[in-house]
Amino acid sequence: MTTTIAGKPPRPRARRPVWEERPTPIGQAGKALLLGLLVLSVLFPLWVILVTSLSSRETIANAGGLVVIPRGIDTSAYEVIFAGGAVTRALWISTLVTVIGTVIALTVTVLAAYGLSRPRSLGYRWLLAYFLLPFLIYPPLVPKYLVVTGLGLKDTIWALILPPAISVFNLVVVRGFFQGIPQELLDSARIDGANDFRTLARIVLPLSRAVIAVVGLFYAVTYWNVWFDAVLFIDRNDMYPIQRVLQSYLLAGQAPKTSGGASGITMPPTEAIKMAVVVLTVAPIVAVYPFIQRHFVKGILIGAIKG
Amino acid sequence: MHTRHAPAEAGTEASRSRGASPPTTVDPPRARRAGRRVSLRARLRRDWQLLAMVAPGFVILLVFSYVPILGNVIAFQDYNPYLGDNPLEAFLQSNWIGFGQFQLLFEDPAFWDAFRNTLAITAFQLVFFFPLPIVLAVALHNLLSSRLRGLIQTVVYLPHFFSWVLVVSFFVAMFGGAGLLAQTMREAGMEPWQIMTNPDTFIILVTAEAVWKDVGWGTIIFLAALSTIDQNLREAAAADGAGRWRRLWHITLPGLRPVIVLLLILRLGDALSVGFEQFLLQREAVGRQASEVLDTFVYHFSIATGNYGYGSAAGLFKAVIGLCLILAANKVAHMLGERGIYSRS
Repeated sequence: MTTTIAGKPPRPRARRPVWEERPTPIGQAGKALLLGLLVLSVLFPLWVILVTSLSSRETIANAGGLVVIPRGIDTSAYEVIFAGGAVTRALWISTLVTVIGTVIALTVTVLAAYGLSRPRSLGYRWLLAYFLLPFLIYPPLVPKYLVVTGLGLKDTIWALILPPAISVFNLVVVRGFFQGIPQELLDSARIDGANDFRTLARIVLPLSRAVIAVVGLFYAVTYWNVWFDAVLFIDRNDMYPIQRVLQSYLLAGQAPKTSGGASGITMPPTEAIKMAVVVLTVAPIVAVYPFIQRHFVKGILIGAIKG
Repeated sequence: MHTRHAPAEAGTEASRSRGASPPTTVDPPRARRAGRRVSLRARLRRDWQLLAMVAPGFVILLVFSYVPILGNVIAFQDYNPYLGDNPLEAFLQSNWIGFGQFQLLFEDPAFWDAFRNTLAITAFQLVFFFPLPIVLAVALHNLLSSRLRGLIQTVVYLPHFFSWVLVVSFFVAMFGGAGLLAQTMREAGMEPWQIMTNPDTFIILVTAEAVWKDVGWGTIIFLAALSTIDQNLREAAAADGAGRWRRLWHITLPGLRPVIVLLLILRLGDALSVGFEQFLLQREAVGRQASEVLDTFVYHFSIATGNYGYGSAAGLFKAVIGLCLILAANKVAHMLGERGIYSRS
């Protein structure tokens, strides 16, 4: 039983069933190659970007741009960024949008999911159809633009927060999860005199941590990643979210502007600053996601299949 | 449960059953309406909290989905945003011109370029992207070590959570003119390839980006389906002498069939949407000819240029075709005996 893939022996409990033939060396190698390359394709760019952002001017000049092998750590790029300026401001705006947006979106979604979780309630079929229909018909771009600007939301964070504050997919997932909660629990709460709001807060939510975490992550990622809505609705430079700034530095070829030039510090190379902006954009996702990832299957699939 | 409202409900039940009892199904309308009213009040008293909970979501969808959907009618106007003080006044004062915008649209070669690009990219990705998550899911499912599988999953799901700005930035850093690959090639004395700016290979580039971003994420649903396939079936097949490929063909793939059909329908129904930000971000680099898809066309010929009615017409055209496609695809799924997205309308 030598089933080494990428050099790691299986744990003793995972056993190949007796009826299954031994894997062929070619098959094993192919599988290892496929999975290994895929993992590498994700980790390698992350590594290069991180290393370059922490490299000194000489290292970057020697490497001719991006740095693969680190030689010492130089945090001057981050120091310049955090000294204030466009990136710092954009990080604040994005954090604000993400935190406020996620709280609002989760509240709206959880309430609607609970309100739609009991068949035979008043208007149930109509309301359900009303909430599901936008899954088939996307809001068209031009009228949406006119509505948001007509409401005077332009150049405010609300233009980024409110339109995505309920996603039909997330609603279906949460609702499906709620419907999987044993009816007896809810009935007993009601017999004890709890109204629907209390039942939701005291019984349903504590049982739904997994799905709330997953859907919360989805919303947070949506808000952190908002780019096009900012192109549409945010004209003021000082209101740009981080993705907008990242785009202007990396894709539109604009030189990073920082209020830097602080006395005595020589400016770190542009390449390092650019990569530092990428790192700062990736960092919150990489930091939060692994803790919630284990809930994915439990959270989404139960909800999605029921719904 | 709802003992407090028992009398009212009992009354409703009685009147309803009385109305429905004649086999001729001609129920007396007055009796039914009266019964409804009592029931409505009782049900309102019982369910008002549920309705209150639904309200915020209701309002957000109304304002940001339903009003814009109705607002699509400006496709039939010569909409002038400078009339009046706000979009509503401009809407009320603009001239109705019927199908004029559509006529212009169908004569516009740029529109048909975008249409062709969109369909080409959809077709290309159906062949070169759609099957990959299935292959990857089967490979992952066959891994014996669950620890290793978990680690790989953590890594390959990750890019799904990156924004398109990030994904394109990663590709620029790796394959762009000043990227790592070009840098290495220059050091080796070669002329670096133009990957990010070549319109001829753009379709491969966008597919590679989409694969990198979502191939891992796409496996989740297949992995779930794989875990529901009864292991005894495999064992029985093995006992009957089926090798690993026969088992894959006769047991694993049929087990995945409903999911594959469902995702295929969703993809076909969305054939006219191939992504928006991804194309908008790279439009400058490769030029309009190769990168314009329907969604970016709508943007560029409406908000970017101020010609709102024209862009709306293109958007409405796309939405109507898209809706027809998804209904048709679902119908086909039903005819094939699959569940589809919705079982009954």
